[in-house]
Amino acid sequence: MSLSVSNLTIHHGAICALNSVSIAVPTGTLAAIIGSNGAGKTTLLRALSGLNKPTHGSISWMGESILGAKPENLVRRGISHVSEGKSVIAELTVHENLKLGAIWRRNKGELSESIEQVVTIFPRLGERLSQRADTLSGGERQMLAIGRALMSKPQLLLLDEPSLGLAPLVVEQIFQIVRDLATSMRITIVLVEQNAMGALKIADLGIVLNLGKIVAVDHADALIANPAVRAAYLGY
Amino acid sequence: MQLLNTILIGITAGSIYSLMAIAFVLVWRSTRVINFAQAGMALLSTYFGYEAVTRIGSFWLALPIAMLGGAIIAALVEVTLMRSLVKHASTGPIAAVAPIIATLGLLGLLRAVIAMVWGGQNLVIFPPVSNAGFTVNGEVLVFSPLKLLILSTTLVLMALLSLLFQRTNLGLSLRASAYAPEISHLSGIRVDLIRTLGWALAGAAGAVAGIFQTVNGNGNFSPDSIEFALLLVSGFIAAVIGGLDSLLGAVIGGMFLGVVIAFVLIYINSGLFFIAPFIILLATLFIRPQGIIGVRAGRRA
Repeated sequence: MSLSVSNLTIHHGAICALNSVSIAVPTGTLAAIIGSNGAGKTTLLRALSGLNKPTHGSISWMGESILGAKPENLVRRGISHVSEGKSVIAELTVHENLKLGAIWRRNKGELSESIEQVVTIFPRLGERLSQRADTLSGGERQMLAIGRALMSKPQLLLLDEPSLGLAPLVVEQIFQIVRDLATSMRITIVLVEQNAMGALKIADLGIVLNLGKIVAVDHADALIANPAVRAAYLGY
Repeated sequence: MQLLNTILIGITAGSIYSLMAIAFVLVWRSTRVINFAQAGMALLSTYFGYEAVTRIGSFWLALPIAMLGGAIIAALVEVTLMRSLVKHASTGPIAAVAPIIATLGLLGLLRAVIAMVWGGQNLVIFPPVSNAGFTVNGEVLVFSPLKLLILSTTLVLMALLSLLFQRTNLGLSLRASAYAPEISHLSGIRVDLIRTLGWALAGAAGAVAGIFQTVNGNGNFSPDSIEFALLLVSGFIAAVIGGLDSLLGAVIGGMFLGVVIAFVLIYINSGLFFIAPFIILLATLFIRPQGIIGVRAGRRA
């Protein structure tokens, strides 16, 4: 089990945002976490990358506890997080945004190699390397945000609502790329999504959160077929 | 000739204000604090420079020593005082102003400590070259070899700073941490360390500003030096004119302020020396509170 979380509880002030949550994600698995607003999806994801400090419980990655580790150290241990809302730095160029993801690695040769790799995955970024990130379209920004995370050569990729505010066609394109990252590059992925159907269609494992608790865990296909999940989250 | 003379004096003084403004901007970008203790740090660095120049005898060795001293003091202030202050005072009505009030307190503390160590009397740093004006066509200008030296040194330092910010990984980390701390953390940048480095760079820039302000005046300085009060005010005003967030804005703001003050002094009335900067500050805040350089364009540099 490459990622395992057990009995994780997180409070935001007096509010219990996550209540004794346990999940296990094997290597190379794409796990989708779905649920309505305020279910605790983002809270969970931010705990995995070290942005949130859990009240209690444990998180282990590759057999070692990562509880309380800082995000900048977790990147060095193979965990990359793309936070909600096209997390790119508007004032920097596309090239600089990408470079940022690899800035903690010292090797210069590796840098251009990694940029080439990302550009192969997202050809549109290649055409815009010298442009400022705020000149990109929403879809391109999301690609850049994922590209920056890939620059760190992650083994665990945490994606927070990559489909937010994007046109359906672009969403489909990005979801396809996310699926490929898990399949061909064997990256373990935790995908948090409001777009429950889209996420479950590409995922291996589905996790449903509601009010800070896990209400269902199953193969993604089985969740799509589950009448209760369909009614509550897939809208038919 | 008078016109050229005025412009040259203006940009020389302006380049010193720019350095001080750069110090304000660097601190603002790294921790969102207006550091009014900047003048105290610059003064302390000037005392370091004085000690170095009296011991070694070389102004040009004393300058980097003062810069290093200023950088260390600023880094220490950030690590010991600011970091815990921001953490402990993160809630309640005092949160937004606590760090700024603390820098005012620190300004007083630094001056008191300086007076305790070196005494309150005037000390002197002698300039490395003559401050007697150039003679052109039999006319003696105020612009002197010293002013030329100050201006060129300042421009070289600014060019180096710009290279650091635009061309190095450290510069990219400094910019990224200023714009988006969370994304920077997630990209593996040690943001706390980068913040401290931002303060250190500001301390070094302030040290140069302090020493140049001293030798560009009459060379005298003391804990109550009016020159340093002026440096604090002018540097702050220049930073505000430049939009507070932009290094390029700080340079332009400083030069603009320097030239405007020079024109007021020479063409209108030298008695307006202490009034002109404040009028410019108020005018800027009323007409263009976001600074001369708008925030969006300004954040490039």
